[in-house]
Amino acid sequence: MLSLVIFLPLVGALVLFFGVKDNPQVARYLALFTTLVTFLLSLRLLNGFNVGSAAFQFVEEAAWLPGYGITYKVGVDGISLPFVLLTTLLTPICILASWESVQKQVKGYMVAFLALECFVTGVFCALDFVLFYILWEAMLIPMFLLIGVWGGKNRVYAAFKFFLYTLAGSLLMLIAILVMGFKGGTFSIPELMRVPFSFTLQVWLFLGLFSSFAVKVPMWPVHTWLPDAHVEAPTAGSVILAGILLKMGAYGFLRFSLPMLPDASRFFVPLIFGLSLVAIVYTALVAMMQKDLKKLIAYSSVSHMGFVTIGLFAYNQQGLEGGILQMVNHGVVAGGLFLLVGVVYDRMHTREIARFGGLAHRMPIYAVIFMIFTMASVGLPGTNGFIGEFLILLGAYLANKAVALVAATGLVLGAAYMLWMFKKVLFGEVRSEEVAALRDVTMREIVLFVPLLVLVFWIGFYPAPFLNMMHVSVEQLLVQAGTVKAGAAAIPF
Amino acid sequence: MSKHLLIVLAPLFGSLIAGLFGRFLGNALARLVTIAGMTISAVLAIQTFLEIAVGNGDPIRQEVWSWILSGEFHVSFGLLIDRLTAVMLIVVSGISTLIHIYSVGYMAEDPDQPRFFSYLSFFTFAMLMLVTGDSFLQLFFGWEGVGLASYLLIGFWFKKESACNAAIKAFLVNRVGDFGFALGIFTIYQVFHTLDYATVFRMAGTGQYVPTLDFPLCGSVETITLICLLLFVGAMGKSAQFILHTWLPDAMEGPTPVSALIHAATMVTAGVFMVCRASPLFELSPTALTVVTLVGATTAFFAATVGLVQNDIKRVIAYSTCSQLGYMFFAAGVSAYSAAIFHLMTHAFFKALLFLSAGAVIHSMHHEQDMRKMGGLRKKIPITYTVMMIGTLALTGFPFLAGFYSKDAILEAAYAAHTPVGTFAWGLGMAAAVLTTFYSFRLIFMTFHGHPADHHSYDHAKESPWVMLLPLLVLAAGALFAGYLGSPMTHLGWFKSAIFLAPGHDAMEHAHHVAAWVKWSPFAMFLIGLGLAYVLYIKSPNLPRLIAERFRCTHQFLLNAWYFDRLYDRLFVQTAKRIGEGLWHTGDEGIVDGCVNGVATICAQLAQQLRQMQTGYVYHYAFAMLVGVLVLVSLYA
Repeated sequence: MLSLVIFLPLVGALVLFFGVKDNPQVARYLALFTTLVTFLLSLRLLNGFNVGSAAFQFVEEAAWLPGYGITYKVGVDGISLPFVLLTTLLTPICILASWESVQKQVKGYMVAFLALECFVTGVFCALDFVLFYILWEAMLIPMFLLIGVWGGKNRVYAAFKFFLYTLAGSLLMLIAILVMGFKGGTFSIPELMRVPFSFTLQVWLFLGLFSSFAVKVPMWPVHTWLPDAHVEAPTAGSVILAGILLKMGAYGFLRFSLPMLPDASRFFVPLIFGLSLVAIVYTALVAMMQKDLKKLIAYSSVSHMGFVTIGLFAYNQQGLEGGILQMVNHGVVAGGLFLLVGVVYDRMHTREIARFGGLAHRMPIYAVIFMIFTMASVGLPGTNGFIGEFLILLGAYLANKAVALVAATGLVLGAAYMLWMFKKVLFGEVRSEEVAALRDVTMREIVLFVPLLVLVFWIGFYPAPFLNMMHVSVEQLLVQAGTVKAGAAAIPF
Repeated sequence: MSKHLLIVLAPLFGSLIAGLFGRFLGNALARLVTIAGMTISAVLAIQTFLEIAVGNGDPIRQEVWSWILSGEFHVSFGLLIDRLTAVMLIVVSGISTLIHIYSVGYMAEDPDQPRFFSYLSFFTFAMLMLVTGDSFLQLFFGWEGVGLASYLLIGFWFKKESACNAAIKAFLVNRVGDFGFALGIFTIYQVFHTLDYATVFRMAGTGQYVPTLDFPLCGSVETITLICLLLFVGAMGKSAQFILHTWLPDAMEGPTPVSALIHAATMVTAGVFMVCRASPLFELSPTALTVVTLVGATTAFFAATVGLVQNDIKRVIAYSTCSQLGYMFFAAGVSAYSAAIFHLMTHAFFKALLFLSAGAVIHSMHHEQDMRKMGGLRKKIPITYTVMMIGTLALTGFPFLAGFYSKDAILEAAYAAHTPVGTFAWGLGMAAAVLTTFYSFRLIFMTFHGHPADHHSYDHAKESPWVMLLPLLVLAAGALFAGYLGSPMTHLGWFKSAIFLAPGHDAMEHAHHVAAWVKWSPFAMFLIGLGLAYVLYIKSPNLPRLIAERFRCTHQFLLNAWYFDRLYDRLFVQTAKRIGEGLWHTGDEGIVDGCVNGVATICAQLAQQLRQMQTGYVYHYAFAMLVGVLVLVSLYA
């Protein structure tokens, strides 16, 4: 069942690659069909998921490289399930978003997208460290292609920057994984959670994993690949990048660092808090000055992910649940904002804020949708952004008041750059012919936004189903993260 | 659905229908739907008021649904209607309904009416959520909700650059306040493990909390004082108090009905409501009460001085609002919460009346707001003149009108508090009373008396339609009688459990027994202010100009509202922009990318040089081998 969800998109990709002539329309429909079926299947996962259990569910296991203790093993718990669902929801939206805007090599594009969905879902479901690593790396290839082939003018530079940044981190992660595997005698993730590593080793392992996760989150100062990647990526690429790929780093902290290396994680809390606070304030200020819409949203992503990492390392239920929920929220909201940018980019072929202005006159429905996502982004109560940010800040406050104080300035700064951007794009007089000729969102485009808008308000007013999903798993994680595995806390440097 | 829930939700339904289907419904139906929603809400609110406040019914408590649950943290949407809420319900629903009706006339020529009415009703919904909430988080929900509504309505004419900027300013300044409010909420949760009013107040009353919290660098801080001060930062933002007041005058960029509803009668009073609602906490912290008194008194005086010299008719009233809110705060600060709420109610009537009449003046003058271009209008628009005069008299405390009861109650309470800050507040309040009368009559004289400054607009000025005048008349009745009818509110114990008074905090009780000269001195202030205004604007109209020239510095200082805007722009806006620019170019593009690109360049150069070694000549390789062998041999030999 779970394997079906993971591999159905890959099957679709293979069928498309080998079985179909190069017909764009067929490629589009086949990709949409595959991803929709995958989404429906993932809903069945949700239906069968037992929220009362912290154990991994839907576990499937098969021998793979028994000599090295490597198996094919997948399963989900309350921490990974939200991300699986987010992936399967966002992918069909991305396919639909690329319906008209991607015209060259449609087949290849769809194949890359389907492969990407398979790898990403796999990353969230993998219960074997080597399997995780392979999928983590494999996912880079379609993403690299999406930016490098279907991207904007500067796409090659952006694609390489993205690739090198992430690869550099990955190598250190590989070493950490191998050391953990050989020391623990297994690569099984649930079993590794029970292996006691010495404190010194934990510290080095943490740094190894950190180098990879921090790049993906991205945390300051290794965030500079993100604005370039976003600017050059096609709309759907940005949606996936912001919606899902950025979540993998933070997911790594949740799945590996916190439960497997609890002592080192606690040791590095000041580092994480420090970098996150810098990210929140620094990137918010930088976002304020951006002239390119996508860059602005990209920088706001870094700022929002800063909140997430604070939540995860607050070591309490509110912070962790807020952090996980905020990742989902950010996927929904940043995804929605990138789609909105895509809508005007398709019409005007520019993302320069100064070229817009007065869009609300020509595109009233668009303006309303934009306003809702803007408000969700600044965390207005009643939207999903509020629940996430509030829980994170509450958790942070309980953990460390000074951190919460600095982080909360993000509320003001975030509102400043978002409202300022909103004004420049949508308000004011219509100043150019281009804007005057704009037509409002089409039915296809509205369909893209509806599921995301539903989530914005659903989580905003009734987050219980989403939080219930993670309660028990988060409780268990807190127990794991709270246990002292190594005795002495000598500083290893 | 319960009747009480419908009070809150009826405006929301109206708003959603008008907002989502406005383009299909058309202007008339969209207006009808929202007004219907508001009327249902208002009628039920009055009924509830009669049950609870007049008929002595018990407070209503109702849990609607569970909102957030995470670990031990649990908050619900709920409904709490006690006497405090009941008063607010009347004010909010009642005045909002009148303003909806007025807007039918005022906005008649606007093409975007469904949007406008949808926003207005949405605002009312948020405000009702705010006053009916039974926890601090629901208060926050409504709080930010009205912030959004205010942002949308100030920026309603989004073609205008100035309107958009004012909207953003309002949202951001409020966010600064909300930043404090949010931290206050976190502290409440940390100390009481709940955000529910009833539990928090009970625990605070019985002392079940940690009295002090330790902070790095600052040492230990009294818990309750910390909470109250943080909450008060929120109140300062929403109620435009000194330091966080700068957004309110700019908010006048919105349509006039909005100014009346949001920026005079309801939203800006949320801060006062919050302090009164949290009286069980504020009462426990003398420090917090002192701060509230000082800030309130300062605002009352400061805003009144600025109001003296403004020429925009709406700005005068805006600064007046700011100043009156200051009165309400210092009343709360001397533990005269009932006087604060009483003034909040009467003020809602006469300030809405003043704003809407100003709107009628602007309407009849074809959107002219500069008072210097008006004059002599009383003959052209006598009904508007009459109601505006009633509003002015009510505001300035003419005997037996609304303000006479409520403002005097506040001043007497401040005097009777017999504390240094109380006396300070009383002094500033008295001074502000002179200024209030002066600027109010200055407005009346410049607008309605004297000679018309602009004959063209004067000739075309005509009375507003009945749909606008009718709400004015209702509000005028309120300005006439609300004070008399509402005065029982100030009696001890009228609010029952809704307001808590610590033992010894009996300023309100003593206020009823102050000496006669204290009781009548506000009236003396009224006479002085009126006399000054009469001399300067009727007797010798050239004098103000001469004074302004003589005291240029002071005049400019007041005209620019003590230069707060310029200061904040330099201090925060420009600085943030400069830092942002610097971080972007120097930090991200310079240092971080410099390192990354640098590493890449070094790699590329290394590869380039290594490549050059692959020459392809056998004797090069042979030579290298020879050297290698020699090195190895010498190392291991």
